Amino acid sequence: MFRFLLRRIAGAALILLIISAVTFFLFYAVPRDPARAFCGKICPPANLALIRHNLGMDDPLFVQYWHWLVGIFAGRDLVQFGACPAPCLGYSFATQETVFSAILDRLPVTVSVTLGAAVVILTFGIGTGMLAAWQQGRPVDKVASASSVIGASLQIYFVGPILVFFIVDSMGLLPRPAYRAFTENPLDWFVHLLIPWVVLAMIFTANYTRMTRSTMVEQLAEDYVRTARAKGMSGPTVFLRFAWRGAMIPIVTIFGVDLATLLGGAIITEQTFTLHGIGELAVRAVQNTDLPMLLGVTLIGAFAIVMLNIVVDVLYAVIDPRVRLA
Amino acid sequence: MTTVTWDREQPASRGPGPFLSVRDLSVRFATEDGVVHAVDRLSFDLEKGTTLGIVGESGSGKSVSNMAILGLHDPAYTTLDGEIWLEDTELLGAGPGTLERLRGDRVAMIFQDPLTSLSPYHTVGRQIAETYRKHRKAGKAEARARAIEMLDRVGIPQARTRVDDYPHQFSGGMRQRVMIAMALVCDPDLLIADEPTTALDVTVQAQILDLLADLQQQFGTSIILITHDLGVVARTAHQVLVMYAGRSIEQGTVQEVLREPRHPYTWGLLGSMPKLRSNVDLPLLPVRGTPPSLLAPPPGCPFHPRCDHPALVGSDVCFTERPELSPAEGHRDACYLTLAQKREIFDGQIKERL
Amino acid sequence: MTETLLELSGLTKHFPVLGGLVFKRQVARVHAVDGIDLTVGAGETLGLVGESGCGKSTTGRLVARLLEPTAGTIRYQGRDITHASRRQLRPVRTDIQMIFQDPYSSLNPRQTVGKIIGGPMELNGIEPSGGLQRRVQELLETVGLNPEHYNRFPHEFSGGQRQRIGVARALALSPKLIVADEPVSALDVSIQAQVVNLLQQLQRDLGIAFLFIAHDLAVVRHFSQRVAVMYLGKIVEIGDRQAIYERPRHPYTHALLSAVPEVELPTDGERRERIRLAGDVPSPIDPPSGCRFRTRCWKAQDKCATEVPPLARIEGNTEGHLTACHFPEEPTVHGRDVVIDPALA
Ligand SMILES: Nc1ncnc2c1ncn2[C@@H]1O[C@H](COP(=O)(O)OP(=O)(O)O)[C@@H](O)[C@H]1O
Ligand SMILES: Nc1ncnc2c1ncn2[C@@H]1O[C@H](COP(=O)(O)OP(=O)(O)O)[C@@H](O)[C@H]1O
Ligand code: SF4
Ligand SMILES: [Mg+2]
Ligand SMILES: [Mg+2]
Repeated sequence: MFRFLLRRIAGAALILLIISAVTFFLFYAVPRDPARAFCGKICPPANLALIRHNLGMDDPLFVQYWHWLVGIFAGRDLVQFGACPAPCLGYSFATQETVFSAILDRLPVTVSVTLGAAVVILTFGIGTGMLAAWQQGRPVDKVASASSVIGASLQIYFVGPILVFFIVDSMGLLPRPAYRAFTENPLDWFVHLLIPWVVLAMIFTANYTRMTRSTMVEQLAEDYVRTARAKGMSGPTVFLRFAWRGAMIPIVTIFGVDLATLLGGAIITEQTFTLHGIGELAVRAVQNTDLPMLLGVTLIGAFAIVMLNIVVDVLYAVIDPRVRLA
Repeated sequence: MTTVTWDREQPASRGPGPFLSVRDLSVRFATEDGVVHAVDRLSFDLEKGTTLGIVGESGSGKSVSNMAILGLHDPAYTTLDGEIWLEDTELLGAGPGTLERLRGDRVAMIFQDPLTSLSPYHTVGRQIAETYRKHRKAGKAEARARAIEMLDRVGIPQARTRVDDYPHQFSGGMRQRVMIAMALVCDPDLLIADEPTTALDVTVQAQILDLLADLQQQFGTSIILITHDLGVVARTAHQVLVMYAGRSIEQGTVQEVLREPRHPYTWGLLGSMPKLRSNVDLPLLPVRGTPPSLLAPPPGCPFHPRCDHPALVGSDVCFTERPELSPAEGHRDACYLTLAQKREIFDGQIKERL
Repeated sequence: MTETLLELSGLTKHFPVLGGLVFKRQVARVHAVDGIDLTVGAGETLGLVGESGCGKSTTGRLVARLLEPTAGTIRYQGRDITHASRRQLRPVRTDIQMIFQDPYSSLNPRQTVGKIIGGPMELNGIEPSGGLQRRVQELLETVGLNPEHYNRFPHEFSGGQRQRIGVARALALSPKLIVADEPVSALDVSIQAQVVNLLQQLQRDLGIAFLFIAHDLAVVRHFSQRVAVMYLGKIVEIGDRQAIYERPRHPYTHALLSAVPEVELPTDGERRERIRLAGDVPSPIDPPSGCRFRTRCWKAQDKCATEVPPLARIEGNTEGHLTACHFPEEPTVHGRDVVIDPALA
């Protein structure tokens, strides 16, 4: 298990390195010159050269990448902006704050949106799927299956405003979606994010319902489930202790795959409800060709996905002893 | 959908009868392609402490009929008819609670593939112990001790440490021993073994069959042993039932059925098997054609499309009317040939070729 | 004796076991086949028996040149074909054909029967007189299928019929040797006998030699003139049918034979051996030193752990009957009980 973790972490580091390098070279290869933006309307060539130098842009590209990489661990001194302590992802060209602190600022919003949605997805998706499997072939199953098809065809930017209109504007059941710090008032945090969660979860939940139902039905037909019944285990025990255990594996797998999509969905959700999260940061960075910010956001996203995938792998080992002991 | 007996008066006791008695059991499945007549009016008895071997090719209804004894079919698309008496209890009409208490306690079952039949997510100790805890209301420690005792009894070395291993850490033969330990943990009266050695190598098969026979001697367990191998039957069973297309076509003691088989299909089964001492210069005597579809079993004798003898019967009953098992007791078979004809054909054409 | 068609000497196949941190490397080897010697004469059937995992299929696939051997040589009609190139192999490839166990997965589901059987002929530029289709239909008839079935797909056939298609495909190139890997193991008893009879008929009519792989000792006895018994990648005993089944010497052969469940009920006064081994076959990744059977053998002594017994004609063996054992058993299959399994009384 320890060796396994070590191997996975080494692999993850390698992947992050590759992602960062690819992004770096891609972004810095764009024909826009950020130095020009700093230089102002009337820009003498000497001035431009100085700014380039101060931005570290007159070094060869791979040297720039090396500096950037070292900065993450050791911090660096950026002449144009001042000192940048580790972990340093550079300064935003647009807002002149450090990329890291900008991201840190927005992180709670995105984490809240994503985690909340994940909880909704898993509880509702799996819950309905289990119910459908338990009631296989009966009305409950049919309703659950049909509604999951409808859910899958909805779009965030379409459903979002409609829900806000009905629930917030017409009925006044919930406040308009916004971010409230969890640390200050958890309840406030909760009620303000409920609609974004539900909207983001909606597109995924259906998938989990369908998948849970079908894997549960498959598991219930497994030989070892039959054995459990043959030795007198009760219906609920068979369903929960035996079949559910096996059904978790494909669900965890798909969830690992869906994480990236979920982060993407979080960005759209933030845009739809004007929540000031990393999504907003990313969109603005693209609009402004704010290279350090773009790079930072990409890296953080990749980091999150890679780490969560390690968690998924550990989960595998927890669920299935065959993985643990292999 | 089951034809149940609760509208009749439940007899308090059936008087002295066989330990297990299956009467006219039929099992049908509703599928997309139509109704599968998996088991068709099957009857047999089993005495205490004896072994009944059920043989037949794949798809002949061996597993389906025995799963009906434990009530393991999904009632949503299964129709069951007939009666199954386990001493004083009728099982087809019994409620789910009764069956749940029965399974693993009085009646236990082991399956063909011990790897897929054991949960990969739980230790073998836990899987054995949970059966014991459920039926004997035993505590954790007591059940664990019992699991170790059972593993030891079925010949698993170092049972004390292996009790905490997972099924995939055992070899095929050892896994089947774990299955047996699990099935026997509550000292069942009846053990149904569904092709318990089909997935195993021949030396391991011999160990497992001997083990079952040993345990039967010690505890007087009745065993139904399902197999497609007449050799396994010859080695282990007291009584034999030959199934074809969901029906019993011949039954009797091992000596009767293997020494003086009466049904043409039984001849075919015997003639298909090479033996360690048969004459290698003679070709085998297979049954021609293939087993019928159970969606639309042939009318009359289900074996008639593959049978060489309908012409001898005289009329065309083989094609139109289902032959019943006869005589009513003892060595029985379902074929319209007269006893004399059967003797003559077997002794004259088949016996020396086996 | 007839002309030798196939000769294996010291044939070895080890499969790498991969593992390791970050980068995969070989951490161990599966000794699937470990130095076997045998010959198959023209028109002869050699049966290969042993429990699963002992290396039967690997041997078959080495002979059919579907696998590269780790060491040893394969001679076909006197020619060394161990490392022959594709082009050099061409004529040999048509001579050696293979039939597989699984009649379901060994046929391409998207090809018609005509294509499946005719394909190898086209590929090898064989133009039968009377046309390809005629020849294929002849072959279908030979294996007991309806020639009209030329345009059907495999899924339209039952298991036994599919195995017949596999046989027809093997016959298409008029081979001299067929490697049949468990050709009847997946079939029902009554169907199994049909296919065995077919193969036997073909062998007699066409004089094809067979390397017949099976785990069912009775089927092997029925079909093979000579039999080789394998255990953990090695041949432990080889000889003609009579020698292996009536006068076996290797303890493992005794154990195998006594484990076969026989249909014939014992007659009075006659008792066949009853030998019950304990445990299972050890792992081929780390096979026991010396004699590989010693961990389960009741006759094992110190010598068995240190010296590999050679496969040789030991005293009392007939010509061609070779046994790899330091302390061989009596040449009989009657009368004794050896029960090692602690759970058995
Ligand atoms: N759940 C099911 N639904 C439909 N058909 C079934 C089901 N289970 C078994 N059958 C069919 O019933 C027949 C008998 O099956 P089975 O008892 O498993 O045969 P076997 O003798 O090999 O054990 C087969 O034709 C099989 O396809
Ligand atoms: N491609 C392969 N890679 C690794 N190991 C293999 C491979 N093929 C077979 N083996 C191993 O080699 C041994 C012999 O296998 P095989 O020849 O298939 O045995 P048999 O046919 O007698 O059952 C087994 O332990 C098997 O697991
Ligand atoms: S009843 Fe007729 S068809 Fe059936 S086995 Fe007897 S002779 Fe053959
Ligand atoms: Mg079955
Ligand atoms: Mg094989």
